[in-house]
Amino acid sequence: MKAKIFISFEQAKHICDKNQYGESTFFERIKLSIRHSWCMLTRKYSKNNNKLTNIIKRGNLNCLKDNERKKLQQQFEKELSKHQ
Amino acid sequence: MKLNHKLNPNNWIKLYSDYLFNYTITRVNDRETAQDLVSETFLSGLKSMANFKGEASERTWLISILKRKIIDHYRKINSNKGKAEVRMDYMDAAESDRNWLEERVADSSSKSAEDIIENSELKDAIYNCIGKLPEKQAEIFKMKTIKGYDTETICNELNITSSNVWVHIHRARISLSGCLEKNWFKT
Repeated sequence: MKAKIFISFEQAKHICDKNQYGESTFFERIKLSIRHSWCMLTRKYSKNNNKLTNIIKRGNLNCLKDNERKKLQQQFEKELSKHQ
Repeated sequence: MKLNHKLNPNNWIKLYSDYLFNYTITRVNDRETAQDLVSETFLSGLKSMANFKGEASERTWLISILKRKIIDHYRKINSNKGKAEVRMDYMDAAESDRNWLEERVADSSSKSAEDIIENSELKDAIYNCIGKLPEKQAEIFKMKTIKGYDTETICNELNITSSNVWVHIHRARISLSGCLEKNWFKT
């Protein structure tokens, strides 16, 4: 039971990463909280990780959709073949 | 000056399309126009490859072409409608990708000009940092964080294990935190 509740720093970082994407389980979050209560390094890691998530959200990043990229790729390759 | 940069157009779409698209959409606010401008940038890049001296990185060179395309786009709008105005600020940092800002007068958005500029700078800063990541890390990070793919989809698309995905994500996040810390982690 002890081994299940107390997690290593590596495990805590992994759970914290998953948590940024809403993929951690309830039990994992409890284990992370327990680790937070006594480990300053884990708290620092989580704090920085949360900050990064907030900054990325604030940045409201855009990316090409797969079909848009494919279209761009096709147009470009057509032109590229003329230059090679 | 050391001239050691080379062009490899075969990798342009893979390496720079998201960066250029993000840079453009912040400034033109229209997805389709942004795609057209990015496409035109790549095509212009191909045509002017002979003029590349190797003084700047490939990405900086493409961005400089894109900036001209965006300016031309607004000039065209200005001459057509007379509704928009372009303002350009060129700062000292010659190599900086963030030395150009534009805004439109009578922007209907409720955000203040300061917010818009900060947001555009933040986007550039994040993409700048993503650009420094190893290729695979950057790809996985973008799939997970920007496109919002679930882990299973990434595993299937890239044929890697879930643990592998998380290792890449973890390393990418550590690098990005370090990269963004100086200017954006203060608040």
